[in-house]
Amino acid sequence: MSGHPTYVPTHPAAQWLERRLPILGLLHSSFVVFPNPRNLNYWWTFGGILSFMLAAQIATGVVLVMHYTPQASLAFASVEHIMRDVNYGWLFRYAHANGASMFFVALYIHMFRGMYYGSYKEPREVLWLLGILIYLLTIATAFMGYVLPWGQMSFWGATVITSLFSAVPFVGDSITTWLWGGYAVDNATLNRFFSLHYLLPFMIAGVVVLHIWALHVPGSNNPTGLEPKTAKDTLPFHPYFTVKDGFALACFLIFFSWFIFYVPNYLNHADNYIEANPLQTPAHIVPEWYYLPFYAILRSIPSKLGGTIAMFAAVLIFAFLPWLDSSRIKSAVYRPLYKIAFWAFVVCAVLLGYVGAQPPEGVYVLAARLLTAYYFLHFLVILPLLGIYEKPRPLPASIADSVLGPPKEAIHADANPAHPRKSG
Amino acid sequence: MSLFPRKMRVGAGVALALIAMLVLAASGTKGLASDDAATNAPAGSHDVKTPKRQAWSFYGPFGKFDQAQLQRGLQVFREVCATCHSLKSIAFRDLAAPGGPDFSEAQAKALAADYKIKDGPNDAGDMFERPGRLSDYFPWNFPNAQAARAAFGALPPDLSVIAKARTYHRGFPLFLVDPIIQYQEHGADYIYALLTGYARSEDPNWNEYFPGHKIAMPNPLSDGAVDYADGSPKTVRQYAKDVSAFLMWTAEPKLEERKAIGFRVLVFLCVFAGLLYFVKRKIWARVHDDAGGTH
Repeated sequence: MSGHPTYVPTHPAAQWLERRLPILGLLHSSFVVFPNPRNLNYWWTFGGILSFMLAAQIATGVVLVMHYTPQASLAFASVEHIMRDVNYGWLFRYAHANGASMFFVALYIHMFRGMYYGSYKEPREVLWLLGILIYLLTIATAFMGYVLPWGQMSFWGATVITSLFSAVPFVGDSITTWLWGGYAVDNATLNRFFSLHYLLPFMIAGVVVLHIWALHVPGSNNPTGLEPKTAKDTLPFHPYFTVKDGFALACFLIFFSWFIFYVPNYLNHADNYIEANPLQTPAHIVPEWYYLPFYAILRSIPSKLGGTIAMFAAVLIFAFLPWLDSSRIKSAVYRPLYKIAFWAFVVCAVLLGYVGAQPPEGVYVLAARLLTAYYFLHFLVILPLLGIYEKPRPLPASIADSVLGPPKEAIHADANPAHPRKSG
Repeated sequence: MSLFPRKMRVGAGVALALIAMLVLAASGTKGLASDDAATNAPAGSHDVKTPKRQAWSFYGPFGKFDQAQLQRGLQVFREVCATCHSLKSIAFRDLAAPGGPDFSEAQAKALAADYKIKDGPNDAGDMFERPGRLSDYFPWNFPNAQAARAAFGALPPDLSVIAKARTYHRGFPLFLVDPIIQYQEHGADYIYALLTGYARSEDPNWNEYFPGHKIAMPNPLSDGAVDYADGSPKTVRQYAKDVSAFLMWTAEPKLEERKAIGFRVLVFLCVFAGLLYFVKRKIWARVHDDAGGTH
């Protein structure tokens, strides 16, 4: 990005460091003077919230590992030990367990914001793909983390999901045996999941660095989807966006705290307070809420291999968004039909989640099939066609115009300074 | 024009909603649950009854355990439940810990000494029995799960976290309301309902709240079975209520500490967010002014 004042260290120590490793200058250009579009709304604060949540998950997780025992006959009791005997152990565990859910809340809002405002489009495809990679790593991390307390849902969830690989032709059974480290989910499985659950967050952190790097090349998208043209279109990251992100984070933490302190087990399953028992299958095996839409898709296909493929396709299809969406207009604000399609998709995803939590019987089977069909229809038919047939609304001349109204000499009698939040 | 800018009104609205939620949850289950048996649920294919919400002292943002109730519940556990069930995660020292039944250390020691604990090996290599100490955990009447299974035909579950391991279906839209009103006592309500749900005197294993109705545990309680010293009614309902509360405590011994810290955290965060909001407005006001003050 052009036009930032370069970093000039004043303190001798800073000057000394800067000549040897210009890391302060890098931080300064990335998080102090970095120009952000001035019209970013609060939906843009979830990137910062996600960074915080990742750091919080790693911090609470590191403490939990100090007291947890990754051994099939001891794991469940060690979690109770954390809850009862470790100083503030209950706080660390509830913050970590609910933190996973909060991570997904922020992640889904962040993704859907990207979809609404077309943030995946040129020149931000690589940024989007890195985000999808983070999403995949997060899914894997959370899945393995849920296994660690070694409750009934831990055990049976792990069994159901890892068994899916047995649907792969010819080598399926070998793959599941390899994943389990044996012929069933057991201590070996717990050990490797524990190892990977500790490893993956640091891989996520690495990809987050790439994600921010890829963000800082084209800069943030914004509610108009227009690229900044002049200095009037942007504001420096600090103090404008540090304070806005900070305020949003504080509000998010209020929401988070409500769960930690008042309803810490709401997002959990009661069955996971029963120690894993390979001989007793729970009446309904249900994954965590953030996987429910994909679980519904998995069960909607009456074939194990077909269901597995559909489930993975439903996740991976997000990676193809930049090429499935044929419209050159980014923001849904100027795409009347896409705006409807977007909200229809949101409703579809939420309903899939609800159906995923219900037993696969009666009306829910039909609902799951119809919703699955619509899910893929959105990506494979609606998005490619919409760009061709949709007539976009006129775009403002610039980001500054969209916030402040057109320049004085160009104001018409009917021109109303459109506020981005009102127009979105 | 209104007195306050739109965003401020939104912020005030959110704050009011938060306070309303706290008040709603704090005002408790007063108008809600009587001690009566439950309503018939429209349970669809199964005709299993849905437990009814009970008034619990530990419900809501300022909820606390009723120490006398926990002590009575412990008595019910020791005299009735412990015949079959274990309570592995609870140590005698927990009985004297803050936020629990509030025994004195001497009382907890005396209670522990009532139990014989298997220890060893000693210097001669022999196992031996000795009186319980504060650091010991509640022992079980059975040496292992197989022995209990052989005696009862089914394994009586450990009761340490049973109040969090049991729940009942709330259904749409109540499951969306629960986190707002802070309803977390599904397990305690279920246990109370189960213990009071042996509705057929001719069949002690028939329970109107148990899926399929046939429960391996025969009706464990009867009026007068436990002799309360504090004058509380010696009824099945009272026993069930007390032991359900006791089991909520064993499942969540840090509940009081959690809620107390939570309230302070929330107050801090609300004030902090409020201050940040005004800082944010002040900083952004510059941009709006430069731009001709369209806000």
